[in-house]
Amino acid sequence: MAEFLQFAFSGLTVGAIYALVALGFTLIYNASGVINFAQGEFVMLGGMVTVFTHAAGVPLPLAALIALVVAIIVGLALYRLAIEPARGASPVTLIIITIGASILLRGGASLTFDKSFHSLPPFAGSKPLMIGGAALLPQSLIVLAGAGAIVIALWYFLTRTLSGKAILATAANRLAARLVGINTNAVVGLSFGVSAAIGALGGILMTPITLTSYDSGTLLALKGFAAAMLGSMGNPLGAVVGGLTVGLLEAFSAGYISSSYKDAVAFLVILGVLFLMPQGLFGRGGMERV
Amino acid sequence: MKRHLRMTLPSMLAAAAFLTAASTAYADIKIGSILAVTGPASFLGDPEKKTLEMYVDQINAAGGVNGQKIKLTVYDSGGNPNKAKTFATRLIEQDQVDAVIGDSTTGATLAIMPVFEDAGVPLISLAGAIQVIQPVRKWVFKTPHTDTMACEKIFEDLKKHNQTKIALISGTGGFGKSMSAECHKVAGQYGIQIVHEESYGPNDNDMTPQLTNIKNAAGVQAVVNPGFGQGPAIVTRNYRQLGIKVPLYESHGVASKQYIKLAGDAANGVRLPAAALLVADKLPASDPQKKVVEGYKTTYEKKTGQEVSTFGGHAYDALMILVDAMKRAGSADKAKVRDEIEKTKGFVGTGGVVNMSAKDHLGLDLTAFRMLEIKNGDWTLAN
Repeated sequence: MAEFLQFAFSGLTVGAIYALVALGFTLIYNASGVINFAQGEFVMLGGMVTVFTHAAGVPLPLAALIALVVAIIVGLALYRLAIEPARGASPVTLIIITIGASILLRGGASLTFDKSFHSLPPFAGSKPLMIGGAALLPQSLIVLAGAGAIVIALWYFLTRTLSGKAILATAANRLAARLVGINTNAVVGLSFGVSAAIGALGGILMTPITLTSYDSGTLLALKGFAAAMLGSMGNPLGAVVGGLTVGLLEAFSAGYISSSYKDAVAFLVILGVLFLMPQGLFGRGGMERV
Repeated sequence: MKRHLRMTLPSMLAAAAFLTAASTAYADIKIGSILAVTGPASFLGDPEKKTLEMYVDQINAAGGVNGQKIKLTVYDSGGNPNKAKTFATRLIEQDQVDAVIGDSTTGATLAIMPVFEDAGVPLISLAGAIQVIQPVRKWVFKTPHTDTMACEKIFEDLKKHNQTKIALISGTGGFGKSMSAECHKVAGQYGIQIVHEESYGPNDNDMTPQLTNIKNAAGVQAVVNPGFGQGPAIVTRNYRQLGIKVPLYESHGVASKQYIKLAGDAANGVRLPAAALLVADKLPASDPQKKVVEGYKTTYEKKTGQEVSTFGGHAYDALMILVDAMKRAGSADKAKVRDEIEKTKGFVGTGGVVNMSAKDHLGLDLTAFRMLEIKNGDWTLAN
């Protein structure tokens, strides 16, 4: 039982991070039909900018805020400088642009910062809590709570505010949204900004546990993408469930089956699910994305 | 005017003749280098490149080798075997180098070895794995300790503490895989039993499931973690987080201050085999390596403003062994230099005392490794 709990804690913590990356994918995909492969770089920026401003003597909360702002600016710049000028292009072209942006951001980070790994002090101490014989880091709770708060805030933003509803409307039908007076370009830009913020927050929360480096975004983007696909691309709830599922699958297969095949087991299950349910867990076959 | 010309022309010719003569007599010695300056192994290649450039400048300023200046050409392979191979061909055909130092990683070294074997150019590798020098290849040498030696040193220490049943948790990257295989090979010789085994991917960020299994495995008296990069730092943190009480041994792959920084308090109590360089200031004055390691440490830290790592030390050793061999050979003739490298005896480097032979192209024994223990966030010599 203790080991089951331990695996679950491990899986939930890692899964919450994947879920945040998957949410970022979802939001931009909804607003623009683009899968933004630079999403992992927002996570990296959140972590790295916090580490370096904190190391320069800025208190941690302020450093985190600066990182958040930097990531949002980068997200908006990515939209303004790379996506918007190519707005007539097909989604595939736009996706390739985001891959280019991801390489550029990674290279930029390796030059601006450095190429080694960095960590942040845990926000609430490093003494693990013992629950049912399993150790849980306070930071894991912060990651889970943070991820939960972000999901609720996002839900509120999308369903209760005018800008959020504009994103949903654009997702439902771009032309119709434009006809009723929604500035769809601004909406897509907004989605890039919000995605960058979500990614950066994830990066800041996870760095005390997972460490960060200029290229830590690549693998996260891959896992987050798998999570988003598993939970149906475009469905925010699916992104969260998908992320947690991937994390739990990894932890349980490492614990109960074999640590050598942990990634393989996780991806096999994802392939299996997508084979049976091509739309993902929360997909509605043949429906428009929302 | 005419007279003037008549006067100058011969002198100009003479000058030209003198210049050509000078340039043939003092043609540069060309040393090539392929290093993982960027990419995931940049923590190897970066200090190695800085070390080579620093010491080549220093040697040239002091008059060079055999009256010739060294011309260093460094290519960045990013640790990628394909790129390294392209650069290897370029070094031979275009730059026509006399000897080569590199690559930083085992994978890339294995890829470039045949190129230099075919061309007959001495290669001193900075890679860790034993496959580089076993079986012995005529033109290939290396300076870093092998992973087999790391296993042996750890097992020696375990035996001293009467701990014979261990668990292995290895990274699945090249380094972790190779070292874990070597540990399996030599475990029997030391009466060590590997009772449980786990692994983790090079980019994994949580190893608690694997460590939980180790914690629950019966009879484990110590845990050994072959691996490098950020993996061991996370293993160390998770290890303390789960409250595992048996000793944790890391490999020489984490022998940099960065590991202590990343693992934080969790690193205290960890034991690992590493080169004397890490504890330069703590070595007794009688230690034969004391002078060399302190000299390198001071020079490197003053020039770069960064903390010294053993990896740059391997580049220092390679360059010095090469330069010594060239001095003994009296020229940069490839075949002669190769023979002289093989005859290296009693060379005191940062990695240990090197005694090469036709059968041993590394020339280090177990004394080259020191058993260290991390205490209060710093290396100390374990007893």
